[in-house]
Amino acid sequence: MGVELTTTRLENAAEWAKQSKLARIPEWGRKFSLFSYPFVTACCGMEFMSVAAPKYDIARFGAEFPRFSPRQSDLLMIVGTITEKQGPALKRVFDQMAEPKWVLAFGVCASTGGFYQNYHAMPGADQVIPVDVYVPGCPPRPEQVLDALILLMERIQDGRGHSQLRTKREGLIREQADEPGPR
Amino acid sequence: MSQKVLDALTAALPHAVDRTESSHGDEVAWIKRESLVQVATYLRDDPAMLFCSPVFCTCIDRLDWHPVKVNSMDPPPPKAWTEDQPRFEVCYQLRSIKHRTRIRLKIAVPEHDPRCPSLSELWAAFNWQERETFDMYGIRFDGHPDLRRIYLYEEFVGYPLRKDYPKEKRQPLVRRDDLPINPLKRDGSEGL
Repeated sequence: MGVELTTTRLENAAEWAKQSKLARIPEWGRKFSLFSYPFVTACCGMEFMSVAAPKYDIARFGAEFPRFSPRQSDLLMIVGTITEKQGPALKRVFDQMAEPKWVLAFGVCASTGGFYQNYHAMPGADQVIPVDVYVPGCPPRPEQVLDALILLMERIQDGRGHSQLRTKREGLIREQADEPGPR
Repeated sequence: MSQKVLDALTAALPHAVDRTESSHGDEVAWIKRESLVQVATYLRDDPAMLFCSPVFCTCIDRLDWHPVKVNSMDPPPPKAWTEDQPRFEVCYQLRSIKHRTRIRLKIAVPEHDPRCPSLSELWAAFNWQERETFDMYGIRFDGHPDLRRIYLYEEFVGYPLRKDYPKEKRQPLVRRDDLPINPLKRDGSEGL
């Protein structure tokens, strides 16, 4: 056993890396370089600007770089009310993001619909896409958002994000079916 | 404030004006539905009127509406929308920049025949406002060039600002497949 672990043969090294802390390195890298896509629809956007601006400075956590294309981002921040009419657009934006991806619902409207309980507002963005972290507040304080971001980073490190779990689940299903797939 | 506008309108077109009233400093003229375009043309073009600015167009749903009871011993008021008091009131607010006057035109529209002449040919700005009124209340504007929903989607059924629309009824376009309660999959499509 000991001899196998210290060997430098490639196939054994790959097997060893999967079981050890080396496997945590991709997640470690991902959690400190979240590229966010701000899906800003309403007044919470002002608070998002505050989070992003130097006073609260989301850059301290490595998520300072908003991409204006969902294809280049891995954190979807839903900032504001989502209406039923917007649902297809939101789903499309989410589908365009590359795996792995995470979603943060910013404010009560994005989380539950907030005080809009009527014909036009969607009762939470999670009706359309899976949401990883919900931030309550109308609007939330910037500290809450940073707290949620740290929560999300822990979750990314542990591989507990929705898309990570989905990838894992699909891998297990593929393994059981004994089909060769991507890693 | 501009009672003289109401007086001049009543004098010029007596057959078209049902009655006039003033409330909270705003002059209101109740117009017969069939002569609305005639009244509006007069208000726009007559040199004594010159109502050049269309302010808004909207509708009031008088379902469940009761006048305020002054005395608690008064008998309960009758249902507000009867034959002589139809359910909908279409409102047009106009302003004259030249003469600094305002006027509000109201047209009574019954529930069984929700139609009203369109004023978008006279003031182009009423085009979208009438579409919004149609979207929310279902008033058909006769002569409107493009009467479609403006805010809601084509799949929406009903008119949400009518008082008899269920206030929390949603009509979703898209939902996740794995929702425990999925209104798109439920039979009868009652919504949430």
